[in-house]
Amino acid sequence: MALVKNGELVNDPFRDVTGADTIPPDGAVLVSLEQWQDHCHSLQRRPDPVGVLLESDQHPEIIADDLDQIAVVALAFPTFRDGRAYSYARLLRERYGFTGELRAVGDVLLEQLHYMQRCGFDAFQLDGEDPARDFAIAQSDFSVWYQPASDGRLSALRLRHRRV
Amino acid sequence: MTQVLTANRLGDGQVVFLTADGNWSTAIGDSLVAADDAFAEELLALGQRAERECEVIGPYLIEVRQEAGTIEAVAIREAIRANGPTVAYGPA
Amino acid sequence: MYRYDEFDHRLVNERVAQFRRQVARRLDGELTEDQFKPLRLMNGLYLQLHAYMLRVNVPYGVLSTRQLRKLAMIARRYDRDYGHFTTRQNIQYNWVSLEDTPDILAALAEVEMTAMQSSGNCVRNITADQYAGRAADELEDPRVWCELIRQYSLLNPEFAYLPRKFKIAVTGSPNDRAAVAVHDIGLRMHHDDNGRAGFEVLVGGGQGRTPVIGRTIRDWIEPEHILSYIEAILRVYNLYGRRDNIYKARIKILVNALGIDKFRELVETEWAALRGGELTIPEEEIERIERYFAPPAWETLFDQGEAMRAQAAAEPEFGAWLEANTAAHKAPGYMIVNLSLKATGHEPGDLDADRMDRVADLADRFSLGELRVSHRQNLVFADVRQQDALELWRALRELGLATPNIGKLTDMIACPGLDYCALANARSIPVAQDISRHFTAVDKLHAIGDLTINISGCMNACGHHHVGNIGILGVDKQGQEFFQLTLGGASDQHAALGDRLGRALPQAEVPAAIERIVDCYLDLRAADETFLDTYRRVGIKPFKAAVYDDTAEVRRVA
Repeated sequence: MALVKNGELVNDPFRDVTGADTIPPDGAVLVSLEQWQDHCHSLQRRPDPVGVLLESDQHPEIIADDLDQIAVVALAFPTFRDGRAYSYARLLRERYGFTGELRAVGDVLLEQLHYMQRCGFDAFQLDGEDPARDFAIAQSDFSVWYQPASDGRLSALRLRHRRV
Repeated sequence: MTQVLTANRLGDGQVVFLTADGNWSTAIGDSLVAADDAFAEELLALGQRAERECEVIGPYLIEVRQEAGTIEAVAIREAIRANGPTVAYGPA
Repeated sequence: MYRYDEFDHRLVNERVAQFRRQVARRLDGELTEDQFKPLRLMNGLYLQLHAYMLRVNVPYGVLSTRQLRKLAMIARRYDRDYGHFTTRQNIQYNWVSLEDTPDILAALAEVEMTAMQSSGNCVRNITADQYAGRAADELEDPRVWCELIRQYSLLNPEFAYLPRKFKIAVTGSPNDRAAVAVHDIGLRMHHDDNGRAGFEVLVGGGQGRTPVIGRTIRDWIEPEHILSYIEAILRVYNLYGRRDNIYKARIKILVNALGIDKFRELVETEWAALRGGELTIPEEEIERIERYFAPPAWETLFDQGEAMRAQAAAEPEFGAWLEANTAAHKAPGYMIVNLSLKATGHEPGDLDADRMDRVADLADRFSLGELRVSHRQNLVFADVRQQDALELWRALRELGLATPNIGKLTDMIACPGLDYCALANARSIPVAQDISRHFTAVDKLHAIGDLTINISGCMNACGHHHVGNIGILGVDKQGQEFFQLTLGGASDQHAALGDRLGRALPQAEVPAAIERIVDCYLDLRAADETFLDTYRRVGIKPFKAAVYDDTAEVRRVA
């Protein structure tokens, strides 16, 4: 698994401790919702950033008030057919004002990266030999969009009526 | 149970049947017939390999009846699949 | 009709190029069938019983003759010379190859058509009244809104992986010809006291194994808010619709589970946050789309009713056609003409390539170069001068497209059934053919009056059997095909689900059973009652007796 963020292959500074019994005292960590809720105070006091992984049945509204304490929200795709996280991503960006890293993890098809990116994801955990290239290809499929979404791209409708 | 192996060809989607020489034919009559389950399983394994090799998709076994040198699918669904629609406008 | 601008063209061309790459990756083995399947489905490509099947959208049923000729070309070049018009106003090709599909999609793109989202768990082709913009009884032209919703839903990044498929239909007439009550979202246009248009929104209708009549979630919404309201519904569905069981994943199950009031509360809360945002449709965009649907330059004509009646008196066959196959048009001297794809013994909804071309020629000559596809699987010429009626009728009769049975018993909906479909339990088309051959007397058909028969080959209900006045459902009983009858269904503004008549019948007994039902109705009907009126008045009992008591007796004698 590699992490592609803003189109580039990066080292993932976050240690995934979602399955662990204890949370290491320092370093950036990715915790589960339960861990976040159980250890909220200690996690918020850490000097290093914390990320929270939400399963696809965990609505981000639960952490909406904590978002300024959270550096990464990782949204799980248990199968590529489970599309809930597209809505979660838009809500996080557009309604809860989350500006940190929004990461897609799990069963992600190349063809879906574009949709995810439009919904506000900026980081993707990917398989494959050259994930950054795959990501670039997936991004180049389309250059026009009908809908406003979380990526700020102008919809065809806006472009049609843009005042010159 | 007497069975043959069927699938759809990946490229053009046509219904095909596994033949004795390891090829795929659009005619059910060309099928290699498995008289017992053990042999049928071997056919299925061949079909799964052909699927991995992007030759066919969805291989599965169907029950057939052999009469006077012909091979016919037992289930209505499989008979229609093998012989084409029972209404006009079907395959020429 | 709507014409693509540079943005529409670019998007569709990019989609074709993307699919071409995906097909190449599949053929090379880079993608497995599991990975490829959702990609091909979202481009309308199924693997059916015999081969790949491509479902092409006819957005809200509107076709230009240029498009129809392209559909004919595709049928000829890439398929077996015919296509099948469906209950979702689409056309299906039954024999395409995967290798050819990118070329077919490119050919469609040339005439501003696509197969995008004609399958998959996403928003499907938006359907509408086939008489939209022309019907005398219409309040508002739904096509403007269909086009806006079409664009909104196409490649919508948030809603490409909904729990299940999602169907939207719109009617602008109080007489619902679009079956909006059996759609995931049904939109009915109304006028307020000031004559301003708005939508009533129905939600949670559907057929399949759990048929439900949609309920009104909101009785009025201003048109500029319709997209944000749809987004609120889609979002609530995407978040809370079931994903653990494919048979319980449609929105109707969610609405039923929560109750309409709780569901409405969720949607209204979501909408409160979306309202007035980016999805509010600017006036200038509404006007831009409206211009495409502005009425054509109709000639100033006088009503030719009297002249046509005289022609009908001289030529009774023409009279029967005029009575059954035409409908009232907004403009004086014009009429709407239905082309019946239900000739005696014909496969409902099928049309061969040669006749597609001939129909295109006729539409150029008689109907301003445009036609429609109806959800009852017929074609429509929406702008015919009444003075041309007789000539058009003669031309259509020559093509076998003038059977005077629109809305009558033999104007049956039938899904492809087990002759083509991988999901079917039984063959629908032969049953339709049997019934059609059993009821050939035009006088009798017209005496029976309006009566819909809808046939599905399995409980997925593509043939709308739940909402047929007489519904026929194919079932499998120990490897044999049987047919379950329902009575009293309707898909119009008084939509209702049919009631089960009794035990399923073998195919050979179906036409006689239909005849007994019809004779029972003719015996019982009061004055002007339609079949449905009589059924609603007398209930199922007499019909049950007519079909089963009698068959039992025949059986005993035999």
